[in-house]
Amino acid sequence: MTKLNAKIPSGPLAEKWTHYKTDQKLVNPANKRKLDIIVVGTGLAGAAAAASFGEMGFKVKVFCIQDSPRRAHSIAAQGGINAAKNYPNDGDSVYRLFYDTIKGGDYRAREANVYRLAEVSNSIIDQCVAQGVPFAREYSGYLDNRSFGGAQVSRTFYARGQTGQQLLLGAYGALSKEIGLGHVELFHRHEMLDLVLVDGRARGIVARNVVTGELERFAAHAVVLATGGYGNVYFLSTNAMNSNASAAMRAFKRGAYFANPAYVQIHPTCIPVHGDYQSKLTLMSESLRNDGRIWVPKKKEDAERVRKGTMKPIDIPEADRDYYLERRYPAFGNLVPRDVASRAAKERCDAGFGVGNTGLAVYLDFAESIQRLGRNVIEARYGNLFQMYEKIVDENPYETPMMIYPAVHYTMGGLWVDYELQTTIPGLFAAGEANFSDHGANRLGASALMQGLADGYFVLPYTIQNYLADQISVPRFKTDTPEFDEAERKIQFEIDRLLSIKGKQSVDTFHRKLGIIMWENVGMGRNEAGLKLAIEKIQLLREEFWKDVRVVGSKTGVNQELEKALRLIDYLELGELMARDALLRNESCGGHFREEYQTEDGEALRDDQNYKYVSAWEYKPGDVPEKHIEPLNYEFIEVKTRNYKV
Amino acid sequence: MKLTLKIWRQENAKAKGRFETYKLDNISSDCSFLEMLDILNEQLVNDQIKLPVDTISFDHDCREGICGMCSLYINGRPHGPEQGTTVCQLHMRHFKDGDTITIEPWRAGPFPVVKDLMVDRLAFDKIIQAGGFTSVSTGGVPDANAIPIRKEDADLAMDAAACIGCGACVAACKNASAMLFVAAKVSQFALLPQGQIEARERVHAMVAKMDELGFGNCSNTYACEAECPKNISVENIARMNREYFSQAITKANRNQSGGGAG
Ligand SMILES: Cc1cc2nc3c(=O)[nH]c(=O)nc-3n(C[C@H](O)[C@H](O)[C@H](O)COP(=O)(O)OP(=O)(O)OC[C@H]3O[C@@H](n4cnc5c(N)ncnc54)[C@H](O)[C@@H]3O)c2cc1C
Ligand code: SF4
Ligand code: FES
Repeated sequence: MTKLNAKIPSGPLAEKWTHYKTDQKLVNPANKRKLDIIVVGTGLAGAAAAASFGEMGFKVKVFCIQDSPRRAHSIAAQGGINAAKNYPNDGDSVYRLFYDTIKGGDYRAREANVYRLAEVSNSIIDQCVAQGVPFAREYSGYLDNRSFGGAQVSRTFYARGQTGQQLLLGAYGALSKEIGLGHVELFHRHEMLDLVLVDGRARGIVARNVVTGELERFAAHAVVLATGGYGNVYFLSTNAMNSNASAAMRAFKRGAYFANPAYVQIHPTCIPVHGDYQSKLTLMSESLRNDGRIWVPKKKEDAERVRKGTMKPIDIPEADRDYYLERRYPAFGNLVPRDVASRAAKERCDAGFGVGNTGLAVYLDFAESIQRLGRNVIEARYGNLFQMYEKIVDENPYETPMMIYPAVHYTMGGLWVDYELQTTIPGLFAAGEANFSDHGANRLGASALMQGLADGYFVLPYTIQNYLADQISVPRFKTDTPEFDEAERKIQFEIDRLLSIKGKQSVDTFHRKLGIIMWENVGMGRNEAGLKLAIEKIQLLREEFWKDVRVVGSKTGVNQELEKALRLIDYLELGELMARDALLRNESCGGHFREEYQTEDGEALRDDQNYKYVSAWEYKPGDVPEKHIEPLNYEFIEVKTRNYKV
Repeated sequence: MKLTLKIWRQENAKAKGRFETYKLDNISSDCSFLEMLDILNEQLVNDQIKLPVDTISFDHDCREGICGMCSLYINGRPHGPEQGTTVCQLHMRHFKDGDTITIEPWRAGPFPVVKDLMVDRLAFDKIIQAGGFTSVSTGGVPDANAIPIRKEDADLAMDAAACIGCGACVAACKNASAMLFVAAKVSQFALLPQGQIEARERVHAMVAKMDELGFGNCSNTYACEAECPKNISVENIARMNREYFSQAITKANRNQSGGGAG
């Protein structure tokens, strides 16, 4: 195990970023024009970075899979974005936002990065308002805030239930402006399939034009990956269908380390799975837990009856209901953090008390709040969510309790990056959900949007210059080099191989099988035997895939089956990496819960002595990946146990 | 339920398209419309030994009604029969056992078919690139609370900004007009102080680009509003027209008052 250097600037916490900016190298305007940057991804992180680079004078090429940059997965974020503005005058500060984020992450994130995130958070809100993002306002005309889990202050800015949409459209506007001006060139419906290194530095990518099917080469002085998270390894998640892990995995295979792959956030309030044709899961905002009470039947017989449909939940008397969160966590009740709430739901369902036709659901009941506050108040607060629920489930949540179940939502792990957001490959940067940087083992609500925009608007525009300053004498690259040839040949070979197998099982069949292995063994509760079994099963599944997958269609023109198959290759490898990481982390922290490591009453048991580090995996061709570590030193805050009981 | 599907198949932009008929059985009414198409595609893959056909290509991503990617024209209506709903949020319980369902791509000159049910909506991006933004660069902006904005205006701006850029309004319009889409963006900025500075340039540049790209004129039939999955109001079109003409007048006035130099 090698120890990694995160290049954290020296000095007091609050001055590190200022020191960095004072000391860093810059590129003068005339030279910027000579430098090319590739940005893969147009979510919050990618769009913000590409627009900012364009404004600064760099020549930028930006890529996205969808037909427009505006469709990136960030568009789906509902709840809000955090910032330390302290507009409500309720005691917030940069330090408090920093502290809450470190604690929420269960003391597994890097102090210096998180502090910087909190420090730039306020500029994000200023920027978005200047762009014309219509945030919610009070009658005074000033911005409104709401509160979210894991915080005692109101620091969340929002735009109805569509905060991600509005922030992304702001960044998309900035990006469009730069495209219109010719500073940024857009390649939509392009999927990056390999990273190209020249003399050990990231110098370009090979992408598949999904309309023509052609492989295209692009060169640049630096490459930024802002390609989102990898939740779709599980097949079913709240991620959009096109969210994938390929860009990160292919960079991993070229030498970028992958950090903390085991850290996955499972969100407690999603609409349960309802059939084996199901393609994705839908999130019901965390805010519902403010007024909804979570319960399951106390008696197994009742649970069985509601599952069969011979009994209705409203007919179960109060005394026969188990409000298990209120019972287990009297102090926080229904508002415990996401990881705690998710595990508790699984525990009840595994014990046979689950509801819904599959038995994998619990009730989220608004009857009491409706009685207390009136239906109109509940409607004003959650009307759009109730409507969405009814559209999908065809049940009226005003009359019968909602059914919810945890689902894969966000991945804290990602490409390892140092303080500059640079990966272990010089010239390759990673931003947004694609990197591992700021959320430790568990992310707080409304902090992903903040991080994506912080990385894109306010961090990369500085740190990338420190790298590019050395590159000004390097002329523009040609793509007819052996390195590009090799990368393209490799992909071509992979595509031909996929199409020639002509097996019996569809791509989705394999993906579903992988999803089940992952969910059962590398999901909410993990243990040594299960993780070992998962590794074994994934290896077998991978072999089976390469023998029996059926990819129809041809390699020219649009072929969505081929697109899915190419992504599945990477999921099949990443799934194993996640299991390995989880197996070697012999403790429970945040979203990573090892059943062997819990307290007597079932709470997570962290091991700071041995595991207060980031694990970063190095790809070894033909061998198992090698684990490296980056020790986490907490200089400025005291490491404590999270407690939500009292 | 049992279904007969008549689906538009078209190899690529240049190829001639045609309808193909498919039968499906055992579809759960809880299944979403796109999941129903997933099942059909799965069936086509499994049938390959018998007859080699390609799966049906269609655009989709979030499947939550927010990304604007899904774009199916079902039984003559963009996004299908349910009001205020994208096709990804449409469920099979809105159809009957034994139904025949016709599925086509958006049909509009500026949105050429890419393959089967997929179209190219780059024209929308180009309209935004022409002026659908404030020209602010990253950094150097005032505090977010420096300029208060009436809540009512902020709410109206949000109503307009809710557009998902799906293009159903264009597909619904017999003239293939993009007025509702453009008006939504123009309105959002017209209602906010941050949008005022470039108001004149914005509305003129966006409208000019829309015309240049071949979108038709608005003849006030309001099919766009009726089919918009986000219920974007045609009041935005009225607001845009006001913007367009008042800004034109200001421009004319300015030209007059500066006239002597001519
Ligand atoms: C339902 C839901 C609700 C959420 N709500 C909130 C919330 O309220 N607050 C909050 O803070 N966070 C929320 N999150 C999390 C947050 O939305 C995401 O973490 C964040 O938006 C990720 O942004 P990103 O820029 O990193 O990546 P994304 O937005 O995922 O963008 C990825 C981009 O990369 C492109 N891409 C990917 N692979 C390739 C490739 N190989 N080649 C070319 N392009 C590629 C895609 O086309 C896309 O443009 C939510 C997430 C979900 C699923
Ligand atoms: S105005 Fe409505 S129909 Fe038109 S693009 Fe926007 S959301 Fe779609
Ligand atoms: S798939 Fe995103 S709106 Fe329908």
